[in-house]
Amino acid sequence: MALYILRRVLQSFFVLLAVGLVAFSMFRFVGDPVDNLLGQERTQADIERLRDVLGLNDPFIVQYWNFLKDAVQGDLGVSFRQGRPVMDIFIERLPATLELALISAIFAVVVGVVLGVYTALKPKGWLTNLILTVSLVGVSLPTFLIGILLIYVFAVELGWLPSFGRGETVQIGWWTTGLLTGSGLKALILPAITLGLYQMTLIMRLVRSEMTEVLGSDYIRFARARGLTDRSIHFRHAIKNTLIPVITITGLQLGSIIAFAIITETVFQWPGVGLLFIDSVRFVDIPVMASYLMMISVMFVAINLIVDILYVIIDPRLRAGENT
Amino acid sequence: MALLDIENLTVEYPVRHGIFTAVDDVSLTVERGEILGIVGESGAGKSTIGNAVMGLLSSPGRIAGGTVSLEGDRIDALNAAKMRSLRGKRIGMIFQDPMTSLNPLETIENQLIETIDHHLHVGTAEAKERAIRLLEQVGIADAPNRIKQYPHEFSGGMRQRVVIALALCAEPDLIIADEPTTALDVSIQAQILDLIKRLCREENVGMILVTHDMGVIAETADRVAVMYRGKLVELGDTAQIIGQPQHPYTKVLISAVPPSNKRIDRFTRVDYAQSGTPPKADIDLNTHWLGDGPARQIDGQAMLTVASLNKVFRSGGGLFGGKAQENHAVKDVSFHVKAGETFGIVGESGSGKSTIARLITGIHKPTSGEIHFNGDPLHEKPKTGEEILRRRQVQMVFQDPYSSLNARMRVGDIVAEPIRVNGTAPSTSAARTIAADLLALVELDADAALKYPHAFSGGQRQRISIARALASRPRFLICDEPTSALDVSIQAQILNLLKDLQAKLDLTLLFISHDLPVMRQMCDRIAVMRYGEIVEQSGGEAIFTAPQHSYTRSLIDLMPKFEPDRM
Repeated sequence: MALYILRRVLQSFFVLLAVGLVAFSMFRFVGDPVDNLLGQERTQADIERLRDVLGLNDPFIVQYWNFLKDAVQGDLGVSFRQGRPVMDIFIERLPATLELALISAIFAVVVGVVLGVYTALKPKGWLTNLILTVSLVGVSLPTFLIGILLIYVFAVELGWLPSFGRGETVQIGWWTTGLLTGSGLKALILPAITLGLYQMTLIMRLVRSEMTEVLGSDYIRFARARGLTDRSIHFRHAIKNTLIPVITITGLQLGSIIAFAIITETVFQWPGVGLLFIDSVRFVDIPVMASYLMMISVMFVAINLIVDILYVIIDPRLRAGENT
Repeated sequence: MALLDIENLTVEYPVRHGIFTAVDDVSLTVERGEILGIVGESGAGKSTIGNAVMGLLSSPGRIAGGTVSLEGDRIDALNAAKMRSLRGKRIGMIFQDPMTSLNPLETIENQLIETIDHHLHVGTAEAKERAIRLLEQVGIADAPNRIKQYPHEFSGGMRQRVVIALALCAEPDLIIADEPTTALDVSIQAQILDLIKRLCREENVGMILVTHDMGVIAETADRVAVMYRGKLVELGDTAQIIGQPQHPYTKVLISAVPPSNKRIDRFTRVDYAQSGTPPKADIDLNTHWLGDGPARQIDGQAMLTVASLNKVFRSGGGLFGGKAQENHAVKDVSFHVKAGETFGIVGESGSGKSTIARLITGIHKPTSGEIHFNGDPLHEKPKTGEEILRRRQVQMVFQDPYSSLNARMRVGDIVAEPIRVNGTAPSTSAARTIAADLLALVELDADAALKYPHAFSGGQRQRISIARALASRPRFLICDEPTSALDVSIQAQILNLLKDLQAKLDLTLLFISHDLPVMRQMCDRIAVMRYGEIVEQSGGEAIFTAPQHSYTRSLIDLMPKFEPDRM
């Protein structure tokens, strides 16, 4: 098992290097940061001097290498726009994004699995048809539209929930949390639903089709023929077998919840890293963009690794493979 | 009072246009300690009877009439909860495929204990003791340790033993076994059948054994019920049914089963099920396209020579290490096939017999060794266009007629494709005419060419596969389990057809199968394979009458004996 994890970590390392390389080669096309940094009254000499100081005259491979060298030591560089270390900005912004992602992931998984199992067990009920129809709408509408709709209904018309921001936050060490105050929790509801809705319908439909297939399998028929109760058949034998493929997709979806928080954060003016990234793109803030992309790829790779390990824990057939 | 009494049972399935009667007015009884065999071909409704007794009819099926009683109490109209308390406790069931009957994510222990505790309420510790005893009873060695393992750590035969242990958990009075040995090799089948017989006697349990295999019935059942299209056509003692069948369908069915103890020239024509006579095509090979192929060889010359053939499959291992696994599928195999004969390769699953077919046809590349067909080295890439042409004389008929035909092509086009691709006919319309002739040759109707494969039954599809192989004007036909997926009466027709074609077209056949009685009917010479090696090779009858190798002897010993003339 340890060897397996070590091998996967090594593989992940190369994946990260490749992602960084692609990202860096793309930054050459997003524009020249110097244009934004210096005002209208710049001279050619200013430009040259700044380019030299920032290292922008080096070939991008060298720039990439310097970035990696510093990043390993915890130094992600200084934001061109804000003039502060990127690490500080991230630490300030990350809790907001992670809390939002966590809550919407929990929402997506819990509601998705429950509805998926329900619709599989009662394939002909009226509630099933209703859920499936509504979920189709959820899949079809783009995220920002759902966000705007929710804001319109619950914030503007009904006035129940705030339409933007995090509400009051509490500082615990370097972590700022909105989970401990009433207004913070209220502010989380709409963005979390907006962000998690698509993943929820996806998980629901996946669980439903997997569960339907498992319920038709021979070992479920055999369990029935042994006279076991429906509860044991459904919730002990069927669910576990359903979860194996669901875990893979869900894992990857959690990664994209963090990555695609950009749109939701923009709609709700959520002070997280997604919003930060959008601003950085506008000002060609290369250190922030590079760090953001690397952070997202680290997360994806880590989630993948966790999914693979979960697989081995759930499925005994894979455990046998590790000895050979 | 009988243990199980089924009276006038009728099971119906509402379908789009009316009602399909799967079981029609069937009455049966089973006594304690008795094995009642239910035999019939696919669609006869034999499994439906078992499912109806268990209350496990798949939706929307329903019992439309009749009664089922267990020791005098009616059980056909019980509510769901009462029925469930009966299942497993008083009636146990064994399914066909042990590979899929067990939950792959739970240990054997958990599955056994859950079932025992559910029915007998004895607590986990007591349940575990019982579970170990059950495993020992069904012949699993080292039960206290093996019980902790997962299903995938057991072989197919061992899994079926676990399934039987699970069915026996609550000491049921009746066991319904639905094709319990169909997915198993001959040697494992014999062990499982022995186990089933022993348990019936020892535990005084009644059993319904549902199977399509007359050999299994002949060896195991006390009485036999013969089903045809939902109806019970004959019921009697096993010896009587096999020795002196009364009903015309039973007679037809018995005559279609290849006898294990002698070689017959042809199977009696089976036409109980069919109306009308199939077209009889006679092609004059002197004038027809089919006779215009490469010159025929004198019988008795070696046509295909295989020398020291080896195939090693490697799996696993990647960029970042991990040990590769090696599977030596074919080990140092040598044989030759003479022109005009039928050469058989027999073996159990995993013996490497199908791999040999794939090596000859070039689907796989041999690791080492040589294959020569009329002097051309098949283990190398062809060098000239003429060599490619000569290689077309080797054609193959696959096992599964459902997946080996393109579902989106018309049957006529499927058969005409090799003719068009090879450019052996002057025009497209000529290719079509030839395809129609070939379809007639394999006894299909003239309008078959315009239909798609889904319109045909398994046996008809296998005829199409054969016609497609013939469209390349082969001299050498490889048949890999050509009848394993088919009912016996259809099997008899296909085997007859192959024999006819061989006589008519001077074909040389390489016949691969696990079914010894079938091999006995078909083959002039037979090679027996085990673990990738040929253990014995001799004349077809000699293998059966004077087997030399101990493995051959055990195979012959273990094959279910079906000897109607001795009943």
